[in-house]
Amino acid sequence: MSKPSQNSSPENSSPKNTSTVIATARLIATKDLRVELRSRVLLNQVVPFSLIVMVMFAFALDSDAVLERVAPGLVWLATLFSVLIMVSRSFAVETADGALDQLRSSGVPAMGIFIGKTVALMVQLLVLVTLLVGAAVVLYRAQVSWSGGVLLVTTAIAATCGLAAVGTLYGGLAAGAKGRETLLPLLLLPVVAPVLIGATRATESAFGTNGIAISEGWPWLGLLAVFAVLFSVAGAVAFGPLLDD
Amino acid sequence: MNTTDTTTAPNSSPRDRVTGTTFTRGLGVVILAGMILLVILGLFVSPPDVNQGESVRIMYAHVPGAWLAYLAFVVTGISSAAYLWKRTRSLTWDRIAGASAEVGVLFMGISLVTGSLWGRITWGTYWTWDARLTTTAFLFVTYIGYLAVRGLGGTHQQRARRSAVLALLAVLEIPLVHFSVELWNTLHQEASIAGRGTDVEMDGLMLFTLFLGVVVFTLMYVWLVLHRQRSLALDDMLDDSGLDNALTARRAEAQGVAR
Amino acid sequence: MDNAGFIFASYIITFGSVGAYALGVIRRSRKSSRDVPRDQRPWL
Repeated sequence: MSKPSQNSSPENSSPKNTSTVIATARLIATKDLRVELRSRVLLNQVVPFSLIVMVMFAFALDSDAVLERVAPGLVWLATLFSVLIMVSRSFAVETADGALDQLRSSGVPAMGIFIGKTVALMVQLLVLVTLLVGAAVVLYRAQVSWSGGVLLVTTAIAATCGLAAVGTLYGGLAAGAKGRETLLPLLLLPVVAPVLIGATRATESAFGTNGIAISEGWPWLGLLAVFAVLFSVAGAVAFGPLLDD
Repeated sequence: MNTTDTTTAPNSSPRDRVTGTTFTRGLGVVILAGMILLVILGLFVSPPDVNQGESVRIMYAHVPGAWLAYLAFVVTGISSAAYLWKRTRSLTWDRIAGASAEVGVLFMGISLVTGSLWGRITWGTYWTWDARLTTTAFLFVTYIGYLAVRGLGGTHQQRARRSAVLALLAVLEIPLVHFSVELWNTLHQEASIAGRGTDVEMDGLMLFTLFLGVVVFTLMYVWLVLHRQRSLALDDMLDDSGLDNALTARRAEAQGVAR
Repeated sequence: MDNAGFIFASYIITFGSVGAYALGVIRRSRKSSRDVPRDQRPWL
């Protein structure tokens, strides 16, 4: 992010080309996912980490009744902690060889980069959340009915979209800066509080914890959707200025 | 709180002042007088409240602190936008944003601590998870993150852009957090204790003291931001001149070698 | 005064921290200004 462009990037002076943005997004998304498939960092490191976190919760809380009651919260807490590592990694991949700088100075639309990275992150998060819900069913005796399952899936999609957008945005902000590993958690966690609240409450309804009806979960899904839309738009707009120098 | 005259001569020329000006001098005097008046009224002269008793005295420091913290963050947001908008881009806006955020964090910290002490007296606990308190805590942490980002290094422009974007994201995020927490809170089975004991029947003198508090704190805010903004300008100038000096030295070296 | 301790503590913390911050800013300014030419301060 320290390399100045010699001239103003072409897409700033001409009208935004939607197909370029989409093409870029697709390219970046497949690149990121391919990197993940080959390096298997998510599979080999992040998933085990989050599963260990789930186990640690059981040690700390030490009561089946309590665990069953707080299972939704624990799933999303473990997810949040994992997001921090995943975002760090998503940008470490770029900044290691100055790839991000070169991407930018080659005139690639920043919005496309943002969308691509967000989509890739979201896919990985969905995989993670699925595994964690499975872990909750096994470890904490959570139960999911079919209608609960629908709510759960839509919750996961909305929540992971919001998390991915915010993560990519703030990751871009901190990318290449010294001390970003400790800075990112400080920046991200307050922002994603609404996701934690909404996703947990919706998941509670999906699991039927404490006899909460499934119908009560849908308003929380609304909150998650609003969050996801707001930060996707904000991220798409702000990512360019953030990367420019 | 007086300005930074480094000489003690009675007719010190303006050259000797650092970040002070005649205006801030006068402001400082007014603030000192106001502070003294506020302490006298707040601690001694104004009557205790019917419901809260003596603990209402804390409100004269707590409420203005909270208001000014919000004002400070609004100023940070506006200055950040002013920096990002090409027509008004100037590092001065960036420095105002930074100074205002620092003072905002200071006042918000004061507000949280005094509020906590007040809560200890009135509710018996230092903290409760009601929407406003929780959101305030989030705002506090968010702006600490903002200040941390300002310290990330790089050029002044990089710092300015990063923190400006962050400030505007915070403006987006805080209402979301507030809304989520409020929604969350209304579903909490425990009765909210924030309702109890917050009603204050303000008699004339109490109202005046509160108003005085807001005025004094606002003046303090202005004084602090003016000085801090200038201090940041000096720091930036130092950075720049340091860079200039280094470049000059390198060139001189190169010339010496070439000879 | 009931709870005088808490109340006095509040005032001391409030004005004390503001004063400490003000002092810090001024000292910082003095340190920086030593190396900056005097004529470059647009507010004077």
